[in-house]
Amino acid sequence: MAGQVFAYITHKEGVADDSALELVTAAGKIVPDATVTAIVTGSGKNLDTVCNAMAASYIEVWKFENEALAYPNAEVIRKLLINTLPADAIVLVPHDTFGMDLAPGLSIKLDSAFIADVVDFEGLDGNTLKVIRQEYSGQVSTHVTCDISAGVVLNIRGGVFPADESKAAAGKVVDKSGEAGDLSALRKYLEIVEAEVGDVDITKEDILVSVGRGIEDEDNIEIAQELAEAIGGVVSCSRPIVDARWLEKSRQVGTSGQTVKPKVYLALGISGSFQHLGGLKGNPFIVAVNKNSKAPIFQVADIGVVEDLLEFVPVLTEKIQEG
Amino acid sequence: MEILVCVKRVPDTAENEIEVNSDGSDIEREDLVYSVNEWDNYAVEEAIQIVDKVGGSVTVVSVGDEESEEVVRREMAMGADDGILVSDDAFEGSDGKGIATLLKAVVEKSNYDLILTGALADDGAGQVGGMLAAMLDVPYASVANYIEVLDDQKLKVGREIEGGNVEMNEINLPCVLSIQTGINEPRYVGIRGIRKVASVDIPVWGPSDLGIDAATVGEAGANVKRVDYFVPELGEGAEILEGSMEEIADKLIELLKAKGGIK
Repeated sequence: MAGQVFAYITHKEGVADDSALELVTAAGKIVPDATVTAIVTGSGKNLDTVCNAMAASYIEVWKFENEALAYPNAEVIRKLLINTLPADAIVLVPHDTFGMDLAPGLSIKLDSAFIADVVDFEGLDGNTLKVIRQEYSGQVSTHVTCDISAGVVLNIRGGVFPADESKAAAGKVVDKSGEAGDLSALRKYLEIVEAEVGDVDITKEDILVSVGRGIEDEDNIEIAQELAEAIGGVVSCSRPIVDARWLEKSRQVGTSGQTVKPKVYLALGISGSFQHLGGLKGNPFIVAVNKNSKAPIFQVADIGVVEDLLEFVPVLTEKIQEG
Repeated sequence: MEILVCVKRVPDTAENEIEVNSDGSDIEREDLVYSVNEWDNYAVEEAIQIVDKVGGSVTVVSVGDEESEEVVRREMAMGADDGILVSDDAFEGSDGKGIATLLKAVVEKSNYDLILTGALADDGAGQVGGMLAAMLDVPYASVANYIEVLDDQKLKVGREIEGGNVEMNEINLPCVLSIQTGINEPRYVGIRGIRKVASVDIPVWGPSDLGIDAATVGEAGANVKRVDYFVPELGEGAEILEGSMEEIADKLIELLKAKGGIK
């Protein structure tokens, strides 16, 4: 008999994250018709707004209100969950920078299993849960099993378990604040330093020529720049280009960069990790140029060109310039 | 400050096309180019920079097979003072918790103020650092992209969160941090650097050195098991343009014009 299912709800300024309803879908793939309990932590009146919104999708909502929970510090929330969750709980957490902070340590403290970045479920057979993950930047998938009789913490990838708007729960909010226990922590949240604004705003552009690791050298960025000029677009990039200090952070597309919604997106030498694709919204027309035919970008692109961008792009640019 | 950095030898995904082998039991490992996990390399650079500022020493540890010695040596060539290889047949097939259990035993043989890991590695789990911190009962911060030593008790740590914003924290030492790429610019390691450490002795620690019951780690102790590797059946995927480069370019220009991709 599997344990009770819980979903940790992340929220900001009174609005739950997209993951909140995706976790309902994910839970249903583990235990169909599971009674899932949402856990909502915070402080102030926004907390009630989120709790009430969650009661529309979750049978039960556990509300924890405390000054110490005003900012979601994973070190504090981990303590809260250790103090309040049953030992054999099935705990679903979004696989984002908060979930990565919270969940691995939580599984140790609960003496539960942990599986990161789950992209699909094959189901529960007795106490054996079988899931699908990806490795090597999404180039291959794996089936992973674990015994969940002593509980499990699962980090769930965003955007792969679509919210089912038709499911209504008419749930109840239970104020559990009194049970929170000791919430002292050795890590103190100070402030958020906002990302710097750059010279161009790639979030407002219709045509993006985006470069990744395949550009190989800083000097080669000119190749993308020339193509961008020829078609009337702007150069953006994936994370490795910013890490190498070849372009500004404000040009980075991805969950740790900008969320863009162009009409046309040319991905040059970009492998297409989910973190990168997470920043690409609005269903653009995607053209991928990559010499690795196995690159995950080809799974989401509309048009693929399996060539070395350093050779192909100059040919393309020249033809466009010739008109 | 005494710093331990945990590093992993991985197939370099920038250099390799990763394919599943014929029976799905593993990836095709022949002709793979291996290197130190990219995130870990940033972690070692960060450790060296901290020690340059406040003094202390950097120790690099890797859990893996004999071949992992080469990445420990490479990181020593960067400037780490000591290296340890944790390797034994009994450790093979460890899950994340197993690796963290081994690293905990390494940590407890010495006195470290700060333990760094990479934020992610080839399996994309990003789990070992957080598990290790919980086992050691010390605070943890993941995806760190800024570290400032405040005093011998505290660090100021920036975490790179969604949207490229940075979440600033104050964290007590000892602690575990997982390091995000881009936190620094890792130094280049030349042939000369490698030669300098070529004959340095890197101890290999097994179960008895670590005081570990082999049944709690490795395949025997792993609850989370990888059953197989596979390539998922995909939807349509991209339409791949065929032909010479000129022909492909011509086709692409037509498509781009139709979609408003050429102004």
